[in-house]
Amino acid sequence: MNQKSKEPFFHIVKRDVLPWHKSLGIRAAAIVLALILCAIVTTITTGINPIQVYESIITGAFGTVRKTWVTLQNISILLLISLALTPAFKMKFWNIGGEGQVLMGGLAAASCMICLGDKLPNVLVIICMVIASVAAGALWGFIPAFFKAKWKTNETLSTLMMNYIATQLVAFFTIVWEVPKGSGKIGIINQNSNVGWLPQVFGSKYLLSILVAVVITAFMYIYLNYSKHGYEISVVGESENTAKYVGIKVGKVIIRTMVLSGAICGLVGLLLVGGINHTITTTIAGGQGFTAVLVSWMSKFNPLTMVFSSFLIIFMNRGASEISTNFGLNQSYSDILTGIILFFIIGCEFFISYRIQFRKKAEKEEQ
Amino acid sequence: MMESKTATVSMKNVTKTFGSLIANDKVNLDIYKGEILALLGENGSGKTTLMNMLSGIYFPDEGQIFINGKEEVIKSPKDALMLGIGMVHQHFKLIDVLSATENIILGLEGKLNIKEASRKIDEICKKYGFEVNPEQKIYDMSVSQKQTVEIVKVLYRGADILILDEPTAVLTPYETERLFNVLRKMRDDGKAIVIITHKMHEVESLSDRVAVLRDGKYIGSMATKDTNVTEMTNMMVGHAVTLNIERPNPVNPKPRIEVQGLTVRSEEGILKLQDVSFTANSGEILGIAGISGCGQKELLEAIAGLQVTESGTIHYVDDDGTREMLIGRDPLKIAEMGVSLSFVPEDRLGMGLVGNMDIADNMMLRSFRRGRTPFTNRKPSKKLAANVVENLDVVTPGITTPVRRLSGGNVQKVLVGREIASAPTVLLTAYAVRGLDINSSYTIYDLINEQKKKGVAVIFVGEDLDVLLELSDRILVLCGGQVSGIVDARKTDKNQVGMMMTRIGGSESHESEK
Repeated sequence: MNQKSKEPFFHIVKRDVLPWHKSLGIRAAAIVLALILCAIVTTITTGINPIQVYESIITGAFGTVRKTWVTLQNISILLLISLALTPAFKMKFWNIGGEGQVLMGGLAAASCMICLGDKLPNVLVIICMVIASVAAGALWGFIPAFFKAKWKTNETLSTLMMNYIATQLVAFFTIVWEVPKGSGKIGIINQNSNVGWLPQVFGSKYLLSILVAVVITAFMYIYLNYSKHGYEISVVGESENTAKYVGIKVGKVIIRTMVLSGAICGLVGLLLVGGINHTITTTIAGGQGFTAVLVSWMSKFNPLTMVFSSFLIIFMNRGASEISTNFGLNQSYSDILTGIILFFIIGCEFFISYRIQFRKKAEKEEQ
Repeated sequence: MMESKTATVSMKNVTKTFGSLIANDKVNLDIYKGEILALLGENGSGKTTLMNMLSGIYFPDEGQIFINGKEEVIKSPKDALMLGIGMVHQHFKLIDVLSATENIILGLEGKLNIKEASRKIDEICKKYGFEVNPEQKIYDMSVSQKQTVEIVKVLYRGADILILDEPTAVLTPYETERLFNVLRKMRDDGKAIVIITHKMHEVESLSDRVAVLRDGKYIGSMATKDTNVTEMTNMMVGHAVTLNIERPNPVNPKPRIEVQGLTVRSEEGILKLQDVSFTANSGEILGIAGISGCGQKELLEAIAGLQVTESGTIHYVDDDGTREMLIGRDPLKIAEMGVSLSFVPEDRLGMGLVGNMDIADNMMLRSFRRGRTPFTNRKPSKKLAANVVENLDVVTPGITTPVRRLSGGNVQKVLVGREIASAPTVLLTAYAVRGLDINSSYTIYDLINEQKKKGVAVIFVGEDLDVLLELSDRILVLCGGQVSGIVDARKTDKNQVGMMMTRIGGSESHESEK
């Protein structure tokens, strides 16, 4: 029996599908463990009481009414971009061009504000902005989709490259429209007339994005799960051959879905420029086009789960800047904490699909 | 005599579970040197899982494995090879751009010496009668050559316990016979050979002993000469089954699909079909025989509107005599014309079904466009799914189970069930029983016969000549993309069809080719 020692200490066994409460439990345990590890890391590296750190994270996100609103608004923006990318991802079209699509939407909105601001009444300017930004985002989605459908080009590369084009276009127009000349910035557009500023809803300047996010979440959930288009997207994503076999025109579905994906990104650009910042810079999307990829994947392309995923990321993000000011820590410190938490959340998926069987247990069963 | 031998491999109480599925339940199996063991069982009975544990791909949850009387722990394929166990998988694991020699020595430790390796490969080939060109690249090879490379690969690594998982599924009768001769030589050389196969006549002609698994449990083993197909099948299935393919006479056959001068090139410009002409009649099963890759796939896909054609015509003839051209129309347009054409493609999960969707959603593939709203209506497809599951005895936890979780036979039942639910007038099937166990196969034959009796024109692409000869009314033999001939299945035999598969017209014998 001494050969028994050669048996591996543990081996990995595939699990059956877990009931939802168990998988939720595993995820919750992962977050708790992540927080404990974060606490240990914090104490060792900075000597600060981790409870205080967690407190400031919470006050950073929800400390005041204004902070809460901003947190909710940021969640909405990230959620919207994630929702925009999701139909493309479900189709296995790796749209990592969310950043560029948002920028183009923003640029289109800004151009309407600047060029039409003193020529048309406010209502018409806003209508033009909506149309232009949605169309610009859609165009940025259409181009890589068209090439993919026609010549099977790699969409990962083309959507990524389109980001740089969008950034450079914004940089170019920043110089064209810079105020004052030489500042290299556009500054607040129509600061006096407020033309093209999206209206406040119920007197709150934060509510518009949140409402749009709620509507688009519901729309996307229904679109993906209950519409014929959503069904076609799933089939194309799973198997192009099966799609052709039942007469689905794969190219058409790719283009249609990417136009939708880009259009929603364009809409986010509109909200960022017309509703929140009232200016445009090359960093207005702030890398959220990429963060959204993570949110979408982490939520397994389920729009409802995405609400929680984007909440988590924004919450940590907001808390992080609070830590950096309160304790004089670097902003990067919060990135480390976010990284640890994400690592646990993504890593726990392994334990949802597999379980580890230890040697001792196997031996016991044999006896 | 068998008792005097000691088992070279002895698996005791081996258990493997995947989630709640018990793939192997306390299996005991002995493998002897100088013997060919056929491992039998229905789809999903755990044959491949058991052999994967022996070859180090899976690790058993429980149980022991003894090699030559000594308990061993096999953690990886490397461990297995160290113990002399080699497995040739159903799907080849070769690198296309490398030569045979390079593939064979890939991953071996020690100094790279291609010349020495080639010499050793030649030696192995001579010993057992393999035909391999060590310099030939894998992408230039036929399926049977690739398989030979796989076998040489495990022999080169010194395997004396050889496991072959469905090795004949992709071979022609001639290639199969050649493989069997090699295997017999290896057995006589004292190697232990395990072969997994669904083809009962192969079991009878090749194996010395059979072992049967059912539902993951070991049922028993016996000498092949002491048993027969009926007994083996009964053990596999667990109850008595009748193994007759019926062949009713066609009732009032009328031309339904007319193919004239069809020529198809692949995207790479290779000629796949050349000047193919034939007629498929209603109420008749037209069998299509041929070595794999001889244009069967292209032919069916051309009729189904999935293949770009170079020249030729395909007409659908309605009951009232109106003719509709099918070429240039995609599946959607064909359906819109009112032609009810069903197609059971070769690659079930890659083309006919969506593996990650559940049974009900897969039922919707053909019909999801129905209704005017932009929303899908899942009610009819759920009903259809429930019907198919009940009528075709699909083994599944429920209609919301993803199709990829079902075993091969059940996947095929789901696909066939959906395809015949639309009351087709033409039914195209490609390798409808590939990888299916004997019981599921007969269910599928019955379903196809039912369609034939309803007056459907059935085109049945098959690989098992015995089945083609028993089931079809006429057989169209393809050879290299050309029609080698169309024969009456009632008046021909395996030899003639086999020859036609390798030579146009089949007039010359095989030996003259060599």
